[in-house]
Amino acid sequence: MDRFEWSDGKLKEGETVIKQQGGVKISDGPEKTNFENGLAQLTHSRLIWRSPQNQQSIVCLHLSLVLFVEEMSDGRGKSPKLVLHLQSPRANQPKGPVYSSQHTHIRLGFKEGGANDFNRCLSEVLARKVWEFAPVSRPANQPRKIHAGIVGIERNLEKQRKETDQNISKAFQDLDKLIGKAKEMVELSKKISTKIKDKQGEISEDETVKFKSYLLSLGINDPVTHETHGKGLKYHEELAKQLVAVLQEPIEENGGMMALTDVFCRVNRARGIELLSPDDLLDACKQFSRLRLPLRLRIFSSGVAVLESISKGEDEKVFEAATLLEEF
Amino acid sequence: MRRAVGLGAINKKKLAEAKYKDKGSELAEEQLNQMSKQLDAFRANLEEFAANHRNDIKKNPEFRRHFQEMCATIGVDPLASGKGFWSEMLGVGDFYYEIGVQIIEVCLATQHRNGGLMSLEELLQKVRTTRGRSRQAQDVSLDDVMRAIKKLKCLGNGFVLHRLNDGRFMVQSVPAELNMDHTSVLNTAQGTGHVSIKALQDKLGWQKERSMLVMDRLVQEGLVWVDDQDREGRLYWFPGLFPDT
Repeated sequence: MDRFEWSDGKLKEGETVIKQQGGVKISDGPEKTNFENGLAQLTHSRLIWRSPQNQQSIVCLHLSLVLFVEEMSDGRGKSPKLVLHLQSPRANQPKGPVYSSQHTHIRLGFKEGGANDFNRCLSEVLARKVWEFAPVSRPANQPRKIHAGIVGIERNLEKQRKETDQNISKAFQDLDKLIGKAKEMVELSKKISTKIKDKQGEISEDETVKFKSYLLSLGINDPVTHETHGKGLKYHEELAKQLVAVLQEPIEENGGMMALTDVFCRVNRARGIELLSPDDLLDACKQFSRLRLPLRLRIFSSGVAVLESISKGEDEKVFEAATLLEEF
Repeated sequence: MRRAVGLGAINKKKLAEAKYKDKGSELAEEQLNQMSKQLDAFRANLEEFAANHRNDIKKNPEFRRHFQEMCATIGVDPLASGKGFWSEMLGVGDFYYEIGVQIIEVCLATQHRNGGLMSLEELLQKVRTTRGRSRQAQDVSLDDVMRAIKKLKCLGNGFVLHRLNDGRFMVQSVPAELNMDHTSVLNTAQGTGHVSIKALQDKLGWQKERSMLVMDRLVQEGLVWVDDQDREGRLYWFPGLFPDT
């Protein structure tokens, strides 16, 4: 608590309040203090606490003194606390409410909630350590800001860089949240998949197909449902028919056979957007025989995969050649 | 106090079992419904995320890579299908599948020269050239190309990444069986781009017969060129290891 200093509460130039929360009390380590039920304000460089009754009673803590933050649940239904672990006070520490303290941390209690949000903002600010870049505050009689010239350009670039940094860190945060939600569904899908595996025949075929389409949307590869012969997804069936319509002629002109990589390139080049994944192509091709389409997928022992025209394929050509020879 | 014996008890047990079975399948239906609802909610979340960050994914290779890694940790493959949520709303599918097409085209164009084996850096350079001059087109990273290659594997053309001793990667785009001996030869050649039978004997301690067998196979596959102009004897060159001409 001795790292805090009295403050007039005025924000420095360029300083803005990122987050504020009412109902916050400060504890010196585990000990209670008089600083209860106040308004906590977080800026890029300081934590300011304002008393609810006494307008003059304002203390602040410079964030460079904070080592790290952790959440502490107080149990028994009490609101969670944030524990701020602090460095040792500087030699030139300005006067504060407490002269010296044996504790190396302070705790913030959130009677009105908001601990999580505050923690998130605080952690972000600490990670970026803006005070290390903060310009020294100018005395009043220096020339005005330079907007033009090299310095102005540099300043703009710096500003843009900071904005991009902020955007990106928000992007990372949003992504983490999104992935967290996706994870719940992955867990649920695993449970359903086990059920399907254990009781074949209890789940209707339609429901299995519905489940498969959910898995496809999320990108979950489930070996149990993926390889089931029988009804595939409508998407793959439609795709199979489209492929035949587009590819039958080129394949026949190409000698009745075309490598799957070649097919992949041609089809996607033709589509331009909404491209097919390699798996989409493969799954669609696997439907050819079931749908009795005039093309078939053939995989050689070396692993090479080709699409073959049924009427003009290798076997048929061999048969034709043999017949011709017999006629001689 | 009744004891559970006799036909009556057996029938009761059967009835109870049947009820449990029904309950089990009912639960699966419930879970499917639950999942359907969650999916709808998730789709809305994803739309919001896409509105804010779709461009970040396109423009920022680091962010893209982080996205892929996070998906992998929860067991989701955002590139599995062009019809998946991720592909449709974030456009990741089109991004990677297009790279896939470009990779195949580059490999096909150079196959006559290097037999289907080239360094990953060379591939990356050539893919970037194919994409054009705009800065955005150039923002394809090594990570992007490697992920695209992994997806191409299922097309059956033998797309495989080999890691050499110095940490570099070679891309194989033909379905030749490259066993451990072939990879050892590749590693021996990596500094100079070529080997000789003598070099293999010296550096790997192989018998002459073994070296000849391995090199003949590589010549057959078109992966090495034979050079009889050196005074010391026949040299075998790997075009895939040449610096880019």
